[in-house]
Amino acid sequence: MNDTLTADSGVGRKTSPTRETKKAVALAEHIVEVISDSGEGAQRCGQSLAAIAARMGNGIWTTEIIPAEIQPPARSVAGASGIRIRMGSRRVTNGGDETDVVVAFNEQVLLGRVQAGELKQGCTILLESMWREHRDPKIVASYAKVVDALANDGYRVCEVPLERECLTLVSDPRRGKNMFVLGMLCNIYSLDLKLGHEQIGRIFGKKDEKVIKSNQQLLDAGWQWAERNLDFKYRIPATRSAEPQIVVNGNTAIALGVLASGMEICAMYPITPATSASHFLSDVFERVGGIVHQAEDEIAACAFAIGASYAGKCAVTISSGPGISLKQEAIGLAVMAEIPLVVVNVQRGGPSTGQPTKVEQGDLLQACFGSHGDAPKVVIAPSSIEDCFYSIITARKIAETFNMVVVVLSDASLATAQQPFPRPRFSEDWLAPPVDQSPVPEGAKPYDWDPVTGLIRRFVPGQPGGMHTLTGLAHDRLSHVAYDPANNEEGLRHRSLKLAALQKTLKTPPVFGDPEGDMLVVGWGSTKGAIEEAVERLRAEGRKVSSLHLQFIQPMPSGIREIMQRFRQVIVVEANWSDSLEDQIIDESNRRYSALAMILRARTLVDIDCWSEARGQPIKPGAICAVVRERMKHGGTQQ
Amino acid sequence: MTMPATQCLIRLHQEHHSLEDYQGGVPRWCSGCGDNAILAAIQRVCRDEDLRPEKTMFVSGIGCSSRLPHYMKTYGFHGIHGRAFPVAEGIKMARPDLHVFVNTGDGDCCSIGAAHWIHAIRYNMNMTVMLHDNHVYGLTKKQASPTSPLGLKSNTTPRGSQLAALNPLSVTLGVQNVSFVAQAVDWVPEVMYDIMSAAFRHRGFSFVRIIQRCPEFLPKMFEPWLHDPQKTLLLSHKDGLQISAGLSKTYRNQQEHDPSNIDRAREIASLEDPLPVGILYRNPQVPCYEDLRHPAQMRTPEFIRAGFEAELDKVTVWPDQDAQTQRAA
Repeated sequence: MNDTLTADSGVGRKTSPTRETKKAVALAEHIVEVISDSGEGAQRCGQSLAAIAARMGNGIWTTEIIPAEIQPPARSVAGASGIRIRMGSRRVTNGGDETDVVVAFNEQVLLGRVQAGELKQGCTILLESMWREHRDPKIVASYAKVVDALANDGYRVCEVPLERECLTLVSDPRRGKNMFVLGMLCNIYSLDLKLGHEQIGRIFGKKDEKVIKSNQQLLDAGWQWAERNLDFKYRIPATRSAEPQIVVNGNTAIALGVLASGMEICAMYPITPATSASHFLSDVFERVGGIVHQAEDEIAACAFAIGASYAGKCAVTISSGPGISLKQEAIGLAVMAEIPLVVVNVQRGGPSTGQPTKVEQGDLLQACFGSHGDAPKVVIAPSSIEDCFYSIITARKIAETFNMVVVVLSDASLATAQQPFPRPRFSEDWLAPPVDQSPVPEGAKPYDWDPVTGLIRRFVPGQPGGMHTLTGLAHDRLSHVAYDPANNEEGLRHRSLKLAALQKTLKTPPVFGDPEGDMLVVGWGSTKGAIEEAVERLRAEGRKVSSLHLQFIQPMPSGIREIMQRFRQVIVVEANWSDSLEDQIIDESNRRYSALAMILRARTLVDIDCWSEARGQPIKPGAICAVVRERMKHGGTQQ
Repeated sequence: MTMPATQCLIRLHQEHHSLEDYQGGVPRWCSGCGDNAILAAIQRVCRDEDLRPEKTMFVSGIGCSSRLPHYMKTYGFHGIHGRAFPVAEGIKMARPDLHVFVNTGDGDCCSIGAAHWIHAIRYNMNMTVMLHDNHVYGLTKKQASPTSPLGLKSNTTPRGSQLAALNPLSVTLGVQNVSFVAQAVDWVPEVMYDIMSAAFRHRGFSFVRIIQRCPEFLPKMFEPWLHDPQKTLLLSHKDGLQISAGLSKTYRNQQEHDPSNIDRAREIASLEDPLPVGILYRNPQVPCYEDLRHPAQMRTPEFIRAGFEAELDKVTVWPDQDAQTQRAA
């Protein structure tokens, strides 16, 4: 699928160890995977590779391969743990399609990746060969069988004596193989070994010099081994940005956003895949005077944040699907009482416990319509790592300006993906204003709704003259409990108007590609990179395809319908469930559309098609291309 | 530790508050409801402590008890069922300068909010908690609560409740970091006032269970205690409550109890007849969560910027010299 961008896929050549100087083949991009049993350090190896490539100036995107269990059985197909790194000459916006080079610590985890269809046909496999001499004949047989089968299927299998080579340097190779592999990959991709040494210094910085030294030796040994034994070498030309870049994953970007937004309190409860944001915050927040409160449960975390926000310090609660479901009642309170609140939902596979470590965009509807009654809240979805950072600053601002709940919808894919972006330039405008303690003017009311915008000026405890009792019950402008029909409607109307007021400030999102054509692909959140890459490929084929990506989903900017009307077909692509018309009993009268498609159909009355996937994997640009080609074949005009 | 700016207000003139400064709307509780006595007592405490109404915060959940903030003229937060504690904790964490009171009921605290209750004791944040315990759900019209006595006939237990009552005092005294536990009864307002006053003055999570009559649904529940003062055991101590001579004439069943003795406090907590009234436990040494967590530094924009830039430095890829020169050119 990367053919258009890849100069040389390296397929088909026979491995013959040689000492000749190898010429590095220049590539536009490559996808490399490192996979192992859990706990063998494949992720650290891959993250380091990505960091080194990023420092060289390459575009990168990392995708973690995480088994659901902490310690799944060793050598199991389902236990594959690792990371996939897409490196390119240009900026990389998504994980791409199939893998070009894979390093596997045993043949079973490798088999898992083959069966999942994640490896490119005929790709290069660097496989730990220790299993060939294992004392258990069953393992020896299994290993030989897999190697033969893969070679027969056309894969280029290079057996690497990782264990043996590492044993010459360290007593426990299980803890050192990953750095040996990192050295090999530095050699294969012509990366600067000096940067590798620095990276090891960074990882083990807290440990003593001996540990750093020993890992650097492993790195060098891996580099040397590859230099001596492999007959291929690549080079992905890089251009270092003239601007400083930061390399972090989406969850760290969210945590940095919390820091920069001026928020002071984050209340959370541990949940995968959101927790790493709170881990990072727990470590660094206190250095800027902030607090991460690990509450007793999700509800308490949300209520704690509401309490802090109410008292004048807008707070954030970070969670994932099941946790958000638990928070919904409290979110409703914040909506009713008009308390600002930032809710981050790092979405995972659902329903119920679902797929905790896997990506899904399954929570859009609960974000927009969750909680009981009419509970309007703002929903924004970052679509890149950089967006994860800035969306939190935006969210805090909107929350406090409009006294609303702002839901930020990230997902498991953004959470763990690393992508460099320009180092943010800190601005004091990002920070929250100090808590207002000025006296409230005589006669001012706590819910003095503006008739046009619905906005209120909130009174914060400590403000003389502003004393009132906030309530989740229906209330009048004085915050007195009021059940009469007119009052209830007045509250509903003004809380709803705030969304419209915000909507008036939003710009129509730009179309990627031509402003008119045959097919418009609409998406939101983490799929942006994959969709736009697909659009580029399809346009290169001469197809009139464009895309539109929504950051604000609630409220939705104006002009969306007008954009759609300039295309013959519109399709929403997202990572959640929708029915397939190919299923025997599914037809237009019962077809369940994907979440955004449902919202857009209702809002625009355009006959929007949808294609979605909820396999727990990031959607690949190749898959989008295939769908668009197929749907364009059936053509059809809308409406 | 530095104080937040909001704590640094200088009082230019001495303020004196009267009861009216704390009296909000007209209570809508039933006549004879014990909640009225609780309201009167806490308003007196506010006046006698001369609390600034704008710095005083009553947080509640849902239920008859939780209507109380509406009848105060302070700031109030009438939230959702069972979640008064986490809301109050968030308020206290953000604003340690506020006086925080929590009003909750036996359903709100001991049933739907039980998880928060346990952890609120552990956090030991500086707040005064009034558990309005009338042994029954009132607002939803007579269902059994966790503190309902065994055999109580209610709308959800028409043939009598099957479970023994939960004892909020024992539960509270069983949790790590407990720092203040007392029990009051609405029919001895003088003692209730003294207890609430002591609870307010204790720095930490002051838990006061107030046994309170519900004239609508359990009108006869506490008759035996009302008719026989001997069924009430007053706890007194030089470090606890001092019982007035007048009161001692009626309530002669008294016992010296040192509130620092947690083992004895636990024994007293499990007494049902006579019913203990007074301060069961007090330990001013337990640290408050907000003190443990509050940053030592003032959050100036410069301070935030410095911390933020320091974090960015760790993950920044700087352009090499060549690129910088190119850019300059």
